[in-house]
This record gives sequence, structure tokens and C-alpha cells, in this order.
Amino acid sequence: MTPSKLTVRGNVYAIERMGMFDGPGVRYVLFLQGCPFKCKFCHNRDSWSTADNKIMTVEDVIRDYKKYQAFYKKGGITVSGGEPLLQLDFLIALFETCQAEGIHTTLDTSGGLFTLANKEKYDALLKVTNLVLLDIKHIDNEEHKVLVGTQNTHILDFARHLSEHKIPTYIRHVLIPGITLDAYYLEKLRAFLDTLTNVVKIEILPYHTKGIRKWKALGLEYPLSGSREPTKEEVRFAEDILIKDYHFARY
Amino acid sequence: MNAAWNGFKKGLWQDTVDVHDFIKLNYTEYTGDDKFLVGPTDASVKLNEMFIDLLAKEKENGGVLEIDTEVVSSVNSHGPGYLDASLEQIVGLQTDAPLKRGFHPFGGIKVAKKAAESYGFQINEKFDEIFSKYRKTHNDGVFDAYNDEILEARHSGVITGLPDAYGRGRIIGDYRRVALYGVDFLIKERQKDLAKLKYPFSEKVIRQREEISDQIRSLRGLIDLGHAYGFDLSRPATNAKEATQWLYLAYLGAVKEQNGAAMSLGRTSTFLDIYFERDLKAGLITEVEAQEIIDHFILKLRMVRFARTPEYNDLFTGDPTWVTESLAGMQSDQKTSYVTKSTFRYLHTLYNLGTSAEPNLTVLYSENLPENFKRYAARVSIDTSSIQFENDDLMRPKHGEDYAIACCVSPMAVGKEMQFFGARANLAKALLYSLNGGKDELSGHQVAPEGTVYEDDYLDYDQVMARYDQTLEWLAEVYVNTLNVIHYMHDKYAYEALEMALHDVDVIRNFATGVAGLSVVADSLSAIKYAKVKPIYDECGLIVDFKTEGDFPMYGNNDDRVDDIAVNLTKSFIAKLQKHTAYRDGVITMSVLTITSNVVYGKKTGNTPDGRRKGMPFAPGANPMHGRDRSGALNSLLSVAKLPFACCADGISNTFTIVPHALGKDELYSFDNALVVEPKVDNLVSIFDGYFNSGGHHLNVNVLLREKLLDAIENPSLYPNLTIRVSGYAVNFALLTDEQKRDVISRTFHDTI
Repeated sequence: MTPSKLTVRGNVYAIERMGMFDGPGVRYVLFLQGCPFKCKFCHNRDSWSTADNKIMTVEDVIRDYKKYQAFYKKGGITVSGGEPLLQLDFLIALFETCQAEGIHTTLDTSGGLFTLANKEKYDALLKVTNLVLLDIKHIDNEEHKVLVGTQNTHILDFARHLSEHKIPTYIRHVLIPGITLDAYYLEKLRAFLDTLTNVVKIEILPYHTKGIRKWKALGLEYPLSGSREPTKEEVRFAEDILIKDYHFARY
Repeated sequence: MNAAWNGFKKGLWQDTVDVHDFIKLNYTEYTGDDKFLVGPTDASVKLNEMFIDLLAKEKENGGVLEIDTEVVSSVNSHGPGYLDASLEQIVGLQTDAPLKRGFHPFGGIKVAKKAAESYGFQINEKFDEIFSKYRKTHNDGVFDAYNDEILEARHSGVITGLPDAYGRGRIIGDYRRVALYGVDFLIKERQKDLAKLKYPFSEKVIRQREEISDQIRSLRGLIDLGHAYGFDLSRPATNAKEATQWLYLAYLGAVKEQNGAAMSLGRTSTFLDIYFERDLKAGLITEVEAQEIIDHFILKLRMVRFARTPEYNDLFTGDPTWVTESLAGMQSDQKTSYVTKSTFRYLHTLYNLGTSAEPNLTVLYSENLPENFKRYAARVSIDTSSIQFENDDLMRPKHGEDYAIACCVSPMAVGKEMQFFGARANLAKALLYSLNGGKDELSGHQVAPEGTVYEDDYLDYDQVMARYDQTLEWLAEVYVNTLNVIHYMHDKYAYEALEMALHDVDVIRNFATGVAGLSVVADSLSAIKYAKVKPIYDECGLIVDFKTEGDFPMYGNNDDRVDDIAVNLTKSFIAKLQKHTAYRDGVITMSVLTITSNVVYGKKTGNTPDGRRKGMPFAPGANPMHGRDRSGALNSLLSVAKLPFACCADGISNTFTIVPHALGKDELYSFDNALVVEPKVDNLVSIFDGYFNSGGHHLNVNVLLREKLLDAIENPSLYPNLTIRVSGYAVNFALLTDEQKRDVISRTFHDTI
């Protein structure tokens, strides 16, 4: 690794050192500051701003990681957000350094910033990414606009790109009653997933309301105030559609 | 060759007592998963129901079902007793009825009498006379030799929990020897040992000759105990059921002879597995029968009871007996483990018979254990919160491959090492003594040598450390000498003849001291060093409180500034202890372990500079103080892992509580095509690997919600068997005192951010 890589700076929102939810094993989860999307169900509303929060260099992150690495033998590092792809240069420098150190890398992203225009940088990143956790918020483009504020075309393009490059990927889908909990949309999503050949896991994330307090703390109105958490049966229902008999990739 | 040994690989073990040699040559490591395990038989279910009914009656009766008031308990004092003889595969009770407690006067007649009276039983008057007038007991001997200084230190609580009024325990007989060799062989070996002890008959030799004669007498008593149940223990066991029965009766003889604080079992699963494997291969038993034998054996261990006083219960709550059984562990080559199918079977009893505090199932953990076993043990821990984990890689180099845990965290080579249990010294109180010129902050009594009260406006770290160092020198001297008295008298008046008969003649005697209040002192010294601490005086000029200005690093956050204070304190205190001569060539060791006594120690200690208020409980064992480990679970674990095992060779207890959902996702689906994983199990294994590879010694694991414990206080009838791990052992939550329940609930429950 070159010293220059170690000095690349990232804007960090938070760190979870005992991450048990974002990729395999116990993981060091680095949440980056800043997100261009406006997901109504966002549970970290305060991570949207791109203003400087906690600035860490690649070296800072690696040094902190190493303090806990005895716990990460089956895990590694996960970079989440915010939207980590906003800080692409930092991400590439960090993951390249991780690879040199033998640290398993996972990228937790919505993929919504992907365009073929900056394909080179993405290829550099994917070369050093062991796993992607890809959030597909809504399979229907119009519904996606309502929920997130942008089209989903970049996201689906990114999904296809990952599949073409054989990058192991978990698909994550937040299940919201009245919005994504819908047989039609779930089947449509399943049809899309059936076209991919790199999916090792599909995680249905039951919508929860724990993020509301963060909106309130910022004096903002919570846009999904009418929604409720799905029942166990509803989660089961979605699993049946999305997961049953799916051709999972094995790497 | 003896027919009982048919099919066993030959070795040194045949000529001389060497159980480890036998095990290593003959056991079959099991690296598979838990799918072979089977549920309980009808008989097991019925016996367990009978036991649970008795437990309910015991509880209704105020905690004790019955105490024998007419017979002094000894190896062969009672005839046979059964739960239901027609159903039991493994038999034997301490007295003639289940849960009826024996009468053990040798530790102290006053205490034994009081234990009975506290629960409404009157011991036969003649015993009062015999053991007061004609036959002295341990407790009386100790108080004959104590001086005033010791009495003050004991009374004030700067040294507390001493085994001067109860049996010391923490001695593990190698009960496997009885199964492998039969008692006749063991007696013959002992007679040879006796013959070797020749002139000159020094005090040491005379004592040893007398002890060996006592041991032989106890072994003969064990043969009688076998006869009472229709077994011939004089010969080796010939099959798995006999081996389990022989081993159990040997243990039973020990708990009939001694009411020791911790009566641990040793390391038996891999030994017995050799017999189970032989019988299974020969088609003599099935897996169902094998599990049934083990279930019935474990059920018996759950029924061990001792009569104890309410004061004892304050220290060690929940009627613990510490029937600690050590499981798994590795060979020194780090390649082969001691995991067998029976290791799984033992753990499986927590499903077949329900969760339980006893026996105290302890996994000797190494990252190199078979992956399937690690995952099974983690799952059992998540499901039951009933087992503990200790670092095999730390202990094996010192104690060899065949060691076991006594009580909570004390390692010793089975049959080759024993220990003199020494309770613990209160380091937090000692700090206050150093500031108050040796006067007790609560009573005003002069306990430590007289000095000056600290006089500056603010506490200066270097000055405080210099004073504290002197106080600790004093404490170490009083403490070691107190223990010398205790163990001299215990050997003299309440000798563990059967347990010691199941040791080698020449044993290593560990002299196990302990400390309480480590985290309180670390944080207090950190406050003095990094913040400003102003002492507050009462009208007599004693420092009774502190005003702390500013922030200071707290132990439990992986911050070297304070963690080093804790580390250095352990180094400094053990060095001070080791300056003194221990009774009977004892090797002085130290533990950081409180069991539930952290509540009592806290109660006896005034305000401390860390902000802890007078009377508030200490953190248990080596744990950070409640709620102060704010930087997450890993940082909390890493702080404790820094404490050097080399200085705390008798164990460093850490109790870790995590809410279930923080360990990872529940896998709600199990479609054939999806990855079949148990993230919680894998993640807990990663926590073990991380903690133990970082040098952690012991981890009690609770996976539960605070709400569940709150509900259990409100609705105890809904949680009759709720088991939780406290410092070094498991306890039925319902049996804790209200104060201890509150203490447990106030502890840190690690959750996600």
C-alpha cells in the first residue's frame, strides 16, 4: 500500500465495532456521512448532510479496526452510510488497503449513484470489494420516486453490473406495509432477481419505527408517520415470494 | 489384565494411578455436530418431574426441605435413598431422602447448629455436647489462634467471606480413579505410600502418616457406601453404567463427608465417554440408553444440598454447590481436542432436563476446538444462559492437559493440585483506610496501623499511591496469616480425607487469595489522577466523602490510562502477598472473583472517589462498574482481557450480558435453497475467539432481556427455572435476594447502537 492511500480522508457518521447485521460474521461497520437520497423510512436522518462530521483517514480507520480485529476473523469491515458511494475515492483507498491487510470488505449501498460514466472508478472499487449489500428500495420506478425521490434505474443497472462482474451480493429489501408489502411488487422484484446470477442471500428487512426519534430530533416531520411494522406472517409471506426456490449463487 | 479393562489400550496407567494416561490413549475425539443427540426417556421425564416437585416443596418450605438432625454425615453414614428406585439408572443420595440435607459439624458446631435452627430444625442435643465439650471443630480452632488485628479486619469487612466458619471446599477428588481402578487398588497404593514414610518421624511425616491412614479409612467407607446400594466398588467398573455409578458414588462420598463451599466434580465427560464408546461399539447399549445414564447422573448432581446459614447465603446466594464440571479443552499439540460425544451429551442435559444452575458446566475454550462443538456450545449458551467459558490456552500450559475448574474459575490439575480457598480482600476499603490513617470509614475503629488522615484540599495521585501501597502491604500480611490459621485448623479438624485419598500423595497446594473492588479502585485512582478529587471530612476528621471535579477515564472502555491502573494493582498486590510464607508450602495465587458477594462488600464500604455511594454494590468479579463501560461490548471485554492471568492465576471472572437481538438476525426462514446459518451462534463464537485470543480468562454469558428479569421479579411463578450467570456460577434467578436482583438488573446489558 502506498502512503498516499493511507492519508485519504473520509467523512464519518458513526462506527459500530460489534456489527452483527451488515454482512457475515462480527464486523467493523463504518457509516459514512452524507446521502443524496431522501428515503422516507430512513432511520438515520441525521446522516444525510454532507457537512463535515468526524474526519478520519484510511490509516485512522485501519488502526482503529486493528484494536478489535481478534473479533473479526469471520467478519471484516463493512462501509455503510449515508451513501458510501458519495465518497468513492476514500472507499477505494480504504478497500485497497484492507485487501492488502487481508481484511474482508463489504459495501452496503443503494447503488443509486452508479453510472457507466464513472465505470473505471467503480471497477477499481469492485476489484477490492468482497461483498455488496445492495438495497433495492422499490422495484417499481414510479413508486421508487415517491419513496426515495429518485428513479431506480441506476440501482437496477448497478445490480446487473455486479452480476456481470460476479460480485457476491446480498439483496436487501425493506418490507413496508402499504408500500413494498404487496404481492404484485414482490413478484416483480423476484422476476428481476431471477435475472441475476450473483445473489448469495436475500434479506428482507422488516420496516421499523426506531428512526422516528432522529427525524424529531432535527425538528422534522416523519414522512411515513402512518406506517406500521409488518407482522411475522407478512414477513413470511414476502419470504415465500422472494426466497423460495431461488437459485442462489455459490462462491 | 483385569477383565474390566478389556479392549482398552495398554499403558502406564495399568501399573500406577494415571487417569490422564488412560484417557489420552483411549478416548475418541468427536468432531461432528449435535444431530446424534436424543431426547429424554419416559423415565428421565418422570424423575425430572419428581425432582421439580421437590424443588417447589423446598421453596415453599423456606429454602430447605429437611435437615438430618440425628446422624453426623460421613462417607458411609446413611443407608440407601432413592427418588424412585424402579426408574433410576444412577442411584445414591447424600442422606436417606432426596433433598434432605446432612449434618456436618466438623466445620463448626455453632454454624452447623445455626444452619439447622434457621430453617426450624433442632439438632440432637447430644451433638451440641459432643462437639463443644469432647471434640473441637474447625471454627473453634481458628478463633483460638486469631489475634485482635485479624478479628478487627474480619469484622470491618476489609477481609471477608473467609472459610473460618464453613468448609473451605475447592478441592476436587479425582473421582474417575474409583471407576477405573476400583477402591482396593487405590487402598493398596496408599498403603505403599504409607510404608514409604519412614523415620525420622518429624511433625510433617507424622501428619502425613495420620492423613494417609484417614484417607484409607475413607476409602473403606466408600466400599461400604457402594454395598449399601448393592455395588462392589472394590473392583473396577466393567461398563459405562457402572463407570458412571462408581464415579458418582465416589463424588457422593465426598459430599457426604464434607460440606465444602465448592464441591466440584472435575473433568469426567471424556473419561466416561471411553466406556460409553466401548459399550456402544459392542452393541451393549444404545444412544438412548447412553443419554439416559448421563441424564440421570446429571439429575443427581442437581440434587446435591448442604445446610448453610443465612449469612452464608448473603455471600453466595442461590444455594450453590459448585458441582463444576469442566468440558472440552485441547491437547498441547493444539490439534486434537478432548471433545467427545459425551461432552455433547452433558450439555444436552440442559435441554433434556431443562436449564439449571448445577452442575456448573464449564467449557474449557480454545479457538482450535472443533467448529461443530464451538457452535453447539454457543447455541446452548444462547438458549440457556447456564454455562460458562474459560480460556484453555491460558490454563493448559500451567496445569497440563488434565486440569479442571474448582468452584468458578480456579484451575487445578486433577488429583495433583488442590487449593486452600481464601475468599477475598476488599481493595476499595483498603484505599479508604490509606486515606484515613487506618481507621474504618464507617465505624471509626482503628483497623489498619495508625497513621495520619490525608490533609490537602485535593487528593494528589502520587501521595495517595504511596499511602495505598503501605496499606496494601499491611493487608497482604494480615490476609496471608489469617489464611494460614484457617487452613492449619481445617486440615486439623475438618480434613477432606476422601477427596485427598483421590489425589496423589504429593500434591501442589495453591494458596488462593482473592480481591474485590478492583474496578472501584481503578476508577477511584483514575479520578484522583485525571480529575480533581476533594476529600470531605466528618466532625471527627475522617474522610467520609469526595467531591470530584472534571471527567476521568473509567475502566471498561479499553482506555489504557485507567486499565493500566487496574493491571498494575493486580501486579502490586500479588507481589505483596507473595512476600509472606504460606502454610504448608502453599503457592500463593490470586483471583478477581466475587460471586454474589460484591453486594455484601459494597454494603460494608463507604463512599469512594469514583463517585460510588456508600453501600452501593461493587461490580462483580473483574467487571467494569455498572453502566460505566459506555464504549460498547468489545471495549468492555478488551479492558477485562488486559488483566494479567500470570498475576491472577486463580482466575479473572467476567460476566457478560447481551440482549438476544444484538447478537444478530433471527433466521426466520429455512428454505432448502437459502444459506442455512445461525448468525447469533456464529457471532457468539467470534466473540469467544476474540475475547480469549486477547487474553481474557473467563466469560459468563447471559443472553437475555432486562425486561425478562423485571417481569420475573413481578411474576416469579412464570419463571420457576430462569437461570442466569452471575460471577462465576449460575443461579436460579428466583433464589437471589431482592438486593441482588436489583444489582443484576442494574448491570450493563450490551445492545446495538
